[in-house]
Amino acid sequence: MGTELLRAEDLYVSAEDREILHGVSLRIGRGETHVIMGPNGAGKSTLAGALMGDPSYEVTGGRIFFEGEELQDLSASERARRGLFLSFQNPVEVPGISLENFIRSALEQRTGKKIRIWEFRKQVRKVLETLQMDQSYAERDLNVGFSGGEKKKAEILQMLLLGPALAILDETDSGLDVDAVRTVSQGIREFQKDKSASLLVITHNAAILNSLEVDAVHILADGRIVASGGRELIPAVEEEGFARFEDPQREEAGA
Amino acid sequence: MKQDKTYVEDVNRAFYDFRYEDGDSYKVESGLTREIIEQISREKNDPDWMREFRLRSLEIFHAMKMPVWGPSVEGLDMDNIVTYVRPNTERMHTKWEDVPQNIKDTFERLGIPQSERESLAGVGAQYDSELVYHNVRKEVAEQGVVYTDLESAMRGEYADMIRSHFMKLVPPTDHKFAALHGAVWSGGSFVYVPPGASVEIPLQSYFRLNAAGAGQFEHTLIIVDKGAHLHFIEGCSAPKYNVANLHAGCVELYVGEDASLRYSTIENWSKNMYNLNTKRARVEKGGRIEWVSGSFGSHVSYLYPMSILAGEGAQCEFTGVTFAGEGQDLDTGCKIVHGAPDTTSHVNTRSISKSGGVSTFRSAVVVTEKAAGSKSSVSCQSLMLDDISRSDTIPAMDVRTGRADIGHEARIGRISDEAVFYLMSRGLSEEDARALIVSGFAENVSKELPLEYAVEMNNLIRIEMKGAIG
Repeated sequence: MGTELLRAEDLYVSAEDREILHGVSLRIGRGETHVIMGPNGAGKSTLAGALMGDPSYEVTGGRIFFEGEELQDLSASERARRGLFLSFQNPVEVPGISLENFIRSALEQRTGKKIRIWEFRKQVRKVLETLQMDQSYAERDLNVGFSGGEKKKAEILQMLLLGPALAILDETDSGLDVDAVRTVSQGIREFQKDKSASLLVITHNAAILNSLEVDAVHILADGRIVASGGRELIPAVEEEGFARFEDPQREEAGA
Repeated sequence: MKQDKTYVEDVNRAFYDFRYEDGDSYKVESGLTREIIEQISREKNDPDWMREFRLRSLEIFHAMKMPVWGPSVEGLDMDNIVTYVRPNTERMHTKWEDVPQNIKDTFERLGIPQSERESLAGVGAQYDSELVYHNVRKEVAEQGVVYTDLESAMRGEYADMIRSHFMKLVPPTDHKFAALHGAVWSGGSFVYVPPGASVEIPLQSYFRLNAAGAGQFEHTLIIVDKGAHLHFIEGCSAPKYNVANLHAGCVELYVGEDASLRYSTIENWSKNMYNLNTKRARVEKGGRIEWVSGSFGSHVSYLYPMSILAGEGAQCEFTGVTFAGEGQDLDTGCKIVHGAPDTTSHVNTRSISKSGGVSTFRSAVVVTEKAAGSKSSVSCQSLMLDDISRSDTIPAMDVRTGRADIGHEARIGRISDEAVFYLMSRGLSEEDARALIVSGFAENVSKELPLEYAVEMNNLIRIEMKGAIG
C-alpha cells in the first residue's frame, strides 16, 4: 500500500437538507486506483462533490484529509491547487475561452508560473491525439457545443494536462459508446503511467475498468460502503448486480 | 511610464483614474448664458454661420425640458458645469513630442501612442475641450482620406461639406442635450473617405476629460462616400471627481451607396459622469453600418445610437454590452428606422448589472410603409450578478408594412453556481471564475473588437468584478 494521500473519516453529507451519505470512510494511497461502484442514487456523485468541495453539498459529520491536511475549510479552487481533480458527469459549457487557453490559465494559477504558449500547444496536440479528438477542439470554446462524448474526453484531456495527485472520475464512462469508452480508458491508462498518481473511479459499469490497473473496489449503496475488496468484486457485480450488496446483512464481500 | 496592457491579471483602477492639475488651462465661467456662448465662439474663431447656430441652439436648450422618462439627471446642475476648458497648448500637434508633457503622459498611460504605432491608421486625441493631437498615416492620406479636427476643416476646402452636414442628422431640436451640444460643442473629429477608398486598419479618436466639473462636447462627423470602407474607433475615459461631469457629444455618420462603416466604442467614463450622448447614422442604398458598443463607465447614461436605413438594401448591425455596477444607472440601446425596401437590421446586446447597478435596454425598430421586404432581429440578454441589481428590457416595434420579417428575443439570467464550481475545481479562484463567465457572456462584443481593445474590455470587466464576492 502506498503512503496515504486521501483519507475520509466517517463522512455524513447532505444536499438540500436531505442526508445522502451516512458515514463513509475511505483511504487512498499514492499511486493507487480505487473504484467505487454502486446503483443509481447510492450517493456516488455526492461523495465526489463532497471531496472536491462542491458548495451544494453540506458535510455534516466526519473529516477529509488530503496529504495530512484537513480539507473542510478549503474552497474547491484551494483543493484543486493542492492536487485534487474532478472529472464532471455533466461538464459545463463556458463561452469566451478556448479549451487550450483555459487549461493553460488554470495551470498558471496553480503553479504561479507563466507557461510558454508554443510548448504547451505541442503537449495539447499530443494529448488530443491520444484521445482521438480533432485538433480543432483546442481552439473551441470550453465545452461549448461539444457532444456528450467529446465533453467527457475533454475532461480526461484536462486531467492529463493538469496532472493532479488525485483524479476523481465521476461516471466518465456514462453515455459513451464502446469505442469512446476504450479511448477514455486509454487516456486513464496514460494517467496511471505516473506511478505516484492516484485515481478514484466512480462508475456503475465494468467496461471502463477492463484495461485499468485496480487496487481496490468499494461498493456504495444507500449512502454507505457496503463492501470493499479487490478486483474480484467487479465480476461479482457484473454477474449478480448490486442487489446482493444492498442486503444489510452483508457487511463484507469477497476477500 | 508604460503600463502593460497585455496581461489581464495586471490591472487596477489607477489605470484610468489619474489626473493632472489644470491650473494653466483656460476656462470659461460655469453656466450657460449668451455671453459664455459668444466667448466660446470667439475663442474658436467660428465662421458667422456657426456663431449663429450656437446662439440659436442655446435658445432651443433653454426652451426645452429635461428628460423625465429615463434615469434621474437631478444631480446635474447646468449652472455648475464649465462648458469649455482649453488645455495649456495653443494648437493641435501632429507629433507627440510637441504635445505638452502632462497631456502626453496622460495618453501614454492610456496606451494611445503605442496603439498608433502598432495597429492604427490614424489617431486623434482630445484633452478636455480641444484636440491636442491628430495624425494620419501617409498611405491613408494618399488615398485622399481626410482625418482632422472639425474646426480647421470648417475653414478649409471642406467648409461647404461640413456646413451641409453638421447637425443635420441630429438637429438641435432633437432633445435638450442635442441643443446644448449645438451651443457649446468643441473638438471632435472630421473624417472624409472618398469614393472607392478603403481604410484597411482603423482610425481612432480618444477623448479624455481631465478637468473637474467640466463638460465635454466633442462632435464627430464622418462621411464615407460611395463604395468606400472605414473602421473608426472611439475611446473615452476620465478620472473620478466628487462633482458631476457631463459628456454630451454628438456623432453623425453618413454612409454612402455601397459603402460600409464600422463604428466601435469602448466607453469608460468615471462614475461621476453624466453621459448624455447622441449618435446617428444615415445609410444609403446598399450601404452598411456596424456599431460595436461597450458601455462600462458613467453614473448615468442615455445612449441609443440610431441608424436610418434610407436606401434600398441598406444594412445595420448593432452589437453592444453594458455593465452597470454600484451607483450606476445605464440606459442604453439602439434605434433603427427601416425607410427603404429590403433593408435589414440585426441587434445583439448583453447587459450586466451588479452591486445595485441598474441596466436598462431600450430599443426601437421602426419599419415604414416604404420598407417592404425588410428584416429585423433584436436579441438582448441580461445577466444579474446579485439580488440587489436590476435589469430591464424595453423593446418597441412600430411596423407599418405588411411585408416585413421582425423577430425579438430577450433573456434574463444569473451566473450558475454549477459553472462557478466547475471552474473552481480546476484551480480558478471564485473571483476569477465569475470574471471568466462574465467575459464569456460579453464575448459578442469582445470578439468584434481588434485584439487589444478586446483585452482592454476584459480588463474593464475584471476591474468591475473585483470585490464582487460576498
